[in-house]
Amino acid sequence: MASGLEYKGVASISGPIIIIENVQNVGYDELVYIKTQTGETRLGRVIQIMQKAVAVQVFEGTSGLSTTETRTRFLGHPLEVPVSTEMLGRIMNSFGEPIDGYPHFFTEEKRDINGYPLNPVAREYPREFIQTGISSIDCLSSLVRGQKLPVFSGPGLSHNELAAQIVRQAQIRTGENFNIIFIAMGLKNDDAAFFKKSFEETGAIKNVAMFLNLADDPPVERILTPRVGLTLAEYLAYEQDRHVLVVMTDITNYCEALRELSASLEEVPSRKGYPGYMYSDLASLYERAGRIHGKKGSITQMPILTMPNDDITHPIPDLTGYITEGQIVLSRALEKQSIYPPIYITTSLSRLMKDGIGKDSTREDHASVASQLYAAYAQYNSVKSLVTIIGEEGLGSRDKDYLRFGEYFEKHLVNQGNTENRSIEETLQIAWNALSLLPTDELTSIKPEYIQKYYKKHL
Amino acid sequence: MPGKVSRVAGPVVEAIDMFEVVMHEIVQVGQAELIGEIIRLDGGKATIQVYQNTTGLKLNEPVLGTGAPLSVELGPGLLGNVFDGIARPLETLKELTGAFIMPTHGITSISREKTWAFTPKVTIGDTISTGDIVGVVQETDLIEHRILVPHNLSGKVTKIAPKGDYTITEPIITIESDDKKTELQMLQKWPVRIPRPHSKRLSAFKPLITGQRVIDTFFPLAKGGSAAIPGPFGAGKTVTQQQLAKWSDANIIIYVGCGERGNEMVDVLDSFPKLTDPTTGHPLMERTILIANTSNMPVSAREASIYTGITLAEYYRDMGYAVALMADSTSRWAEALRELSGRLEEMPAEEGFPSYLPSRLAEFYERTGVVETLGSDKRIGSICAVGAVSPPGGDFSEPVTQHTKRFTRVFWALDAELANARHYPSINWMNSYSGYIDELAEWWHQTVDKDWSNYRDEAMRILQAEDELKNIVKLVGPEALPDKQRLILETARIIRIAILQQNALDDIDTYCSPQKQFKMLKIVMDFHHLADNIISKGLPISKITSLPVTEEILRIKTSIPNDKLYMLDDLAKRMHERFEILETNMR
Repeated sequence: MASGLEYKGVASISGPIIIIENVQNVGYDELVYIKTQTGETRLGRVIQIMQKAVAVQVFEGTSGLSTTETRTRFLGHPLEVPVSTEMLGRIMNSFGEPIDGYPHFFTEEKRDINGYPLNPVAREYPREFIQTGISSIDCLSSLVRGQKLPVFSGPGLSHNELAAQIVRQAQIRTGENFNIIFIAMGLKNDDAAFFKKSFEETGAIKNVAMFLNLADDPPVERILTPRVGLTLAEYLAYEQDRHVLVVMTDITNYCEALRELSASLEEVPSRKGYPGYMYSDLASLYERAGRIHGKKGSITQMPILTMPNDDITHPIPDLTGYITEGQIVLSRALEKQSIYPPIYITTSLSRLMKDGIGKDSTREDHASVASQLYAAYAQYNSVKSLVTIIGEEGLGSRDKDYLRFGEYFEKHLVNQGNTENRSIEETLQIAWNALSLLPTDELTSIKPEYIQKYYKKHL
Repeated sequence: MPGKVSRVAGPVVEAIDMFEVVMHEIVQVGQAELIGEIIRLDGGKATIQVYQNTTGLKLNEPVLGTGAPLSVELGPGLLGNVFDGIARPLETLKELTGAFIMPTHGITSISREKTWAFTPKVTIGDTISTGDIVGVVQETDLIEHRILVPHNLSGKVTKIAPKGDYTITEPIITIESDDKKTELQMLQKWPVRIPRPHSKRLSAFKPLITGQRVIDTFFPLAKGGSAAIPGPFGAGKTVTQQQLAKWSDANIIIYVGCGERGNEMVDVLDSFPKLTDPTTGHPLMERTILIANTSNMPVSAREASIYTGITLAEYYRDMGYAVALMADSTSRWAEALRELSGRLEEMPAEEGFPSYLPSRLAEFYERTGVVETLGSDKRIGSICAVGAVSPPGGDFSEPVTQHTKRFTRVFWALDAELANARHYPSINWMNSYSGYIDELAEWWHQTVDKDWSNYRDEAMRILQAEDELKNIVKLVGPEALPDKQRLILETARIIRIAILQQNALDDIDTYCSPQKQFKMLKIVMDFHHLADNIISKGLPISKITSLPVTEEILRIKTSIPNDKLYMLDDLAKRMHERFEILETNMR
């Protein structure tokens, strides 16, 4: 058995990669135990098999390894982690081991962290509305069970507050709660503490499994953290019938780690030095969201990424946007006007919204209200830029209406307190209050019967 | 004697002692018999692109040639199916390995057990050659499947199965020529990377009616044509592709989901069986083949999916059908090329893409077109391809968009700004073009109305004029313009909202018949003429914009169904009357 053999010495060490010669019977992607000369053990993964040697990526980094004294043992299977419902309420590292000081959980169950691709014909289309209690999401970029909806933020914006608020408030309309899996990749210690405190304060912590890879942990481990967390998510959703919400932050740090690894492998880079397979790699995380026919549970993902230099065309948000089912974009301009959450609805989008809203799940006018708000807000923004040139006096009356609409919209619909949990009915009422500032002939997306029913019906 | 694995790097595997294989031969890799394709030979060393996950593959595991290139199975039973990139039916995979796709082997594309009612079309003694129809099978209620004589075969029929039920592997015909006797079954195979031959190319002259106004009226695609839809994420590429797959009047639809989202494929899988074809009333799945190789499925199979799709398209084209192929997205396919090229350590060209990217794109798009097929009855078949392109950051200057532009004649440029304002389909009318307008005008003139070109061109001119005026408006505001120019802005606004915007989710608006499209265009342009005329006589434009009839025009798309076009004529009449009243009041 391969797992029995121990090899002494490695041929070369470069970045996180070690090359070991003359090993036998090793499989691609196999897990490797590495023992340093001081007796410390690390984990690695076979990333290339060559005729006379294998290349192993060491997760905790290679510092302290020597070419002569390093011992390696091949385990004969890919990295597996324990999975158990006991992991809820606990804090774990990138290998699924508890780091909160409490005893190890008892479980026989282990799963390969890479999972397997979900067969498209086995998927069930997500269509259950999740009420986050945040108006601009519920009304305009509605989240549904089984969706992956990322938050595109910038450094220093209030994405952490938003994520914590969503975790506290998210529920489907029948009131069932979520199990939360919180995956931190390269997160700052104080940010991690913020999340932990926020979960503890509301008592949500018993439903949260936290996987922490902090900013000072080895970057290569970051490749593992989301896979370990998602493996638990799949176990809970498809074997334990739970509804799971996975919050992953920060995808930008994950991609940086991927680039670092790729560079040390001397791979041909594509845009901005990121590896050419970054799309496929991110897809292998994001596509683990979903629902399966005949299974009760679901996995909903909310990845958070900070756009370098607030640039939405940067490869990280760009490739993410091509895989996820929409995005929620935070805006620095709104944050500066003290609007919380600073969600910029113009570039925000939820692709699965259309089937999750309407008569049976939210309200019959929801879809047309949302599309009218989008169109009107776009018009408001173009009027606003006109005002900077010709002044408000130069505007026609229709344009002035739009100006009033937009200001009301930002101040009352987008803006809300970080403990304010609005029902979808409250949200739609605010939306109609805003739309009632416009004349009816501007509301071309809305059916006359809804206008009749809701227009200028202030509560 | 089998070869041996000598290197494993993700989907790329090298094997030694491979002396009996040829380029592009399919091989079985390792104990798990993974499917791979030989992409480089160097002495006895073969480089293999593996179509399944290589986790656990070890050094010195056996590699066996199969003697055949990457091929698809052709025959009745393809329609209504969902395949992965190398034509393995996903339903069968699900039965074998459950909800998640696990390594498995020995799966056929088409069921061997199912029987089909075969009707012979030749009799003993007939002399037949490649492309002739030997018999037919009603594959679905919509499509008659024609069994053709395979390539490079001709002779006398010495045996033909009588009318009856057969499986696809039972012999149905025997053909004898001077030197040999060939027994044929309904099942045939074709290597995906080689175009299927035809007799000659013809030029495109019929539009692919899609029911989408901005496409059919402004930037039409011909049957047998090729189009590109580039756009940043969220601009609506997938929705547009799905609308085309749902509503276009091709006989056969092949939808290739290439490296895209799993949930989106489910949307297609869920909605297509429920939708009915507007012309025949049958479920759309009866004319559709789906290829779903989502982004988390193996990257090599993604590379192959495009070829699998176009080969299936050619097979139905050869039966004499008009086929439309949607590829969503060709950028993911190009990225698969880049990823594999990187693993092969090839010298990269632009942005890391291999230097052969443009020639591969050309090869793909050149497999479209209207052709006269092989076979003595000279059938006409066509393939049109619509390729979505996902340029990084929405930047159209990147290599995939630029090269695709060179090989396609229609360009539907999706625009993030329009999408952000929820103007869908977000096809930008200033940046898009169609190279088929002149060829297709004749069809419109004969089938719909002889004034089609005039109205269409005039509407384009107004949009063009609006684009120029917009810059002035940005500086001085619209109120400062003379009334005639303000009318252009107003008409352009109506064209944008009433005609260019179309709601895919609205029951009525999702499909707009060519007749309705023309009548809508006519009513808007007539409005413009009437208003222009009355403004010349001194009426202020505010009197016109406040007319309730403009709001009615804006709502035509959702309020008047395709089968109640007389309501549109009534509206036109009322509009003319309103303007007459305005004019009389002036005097």
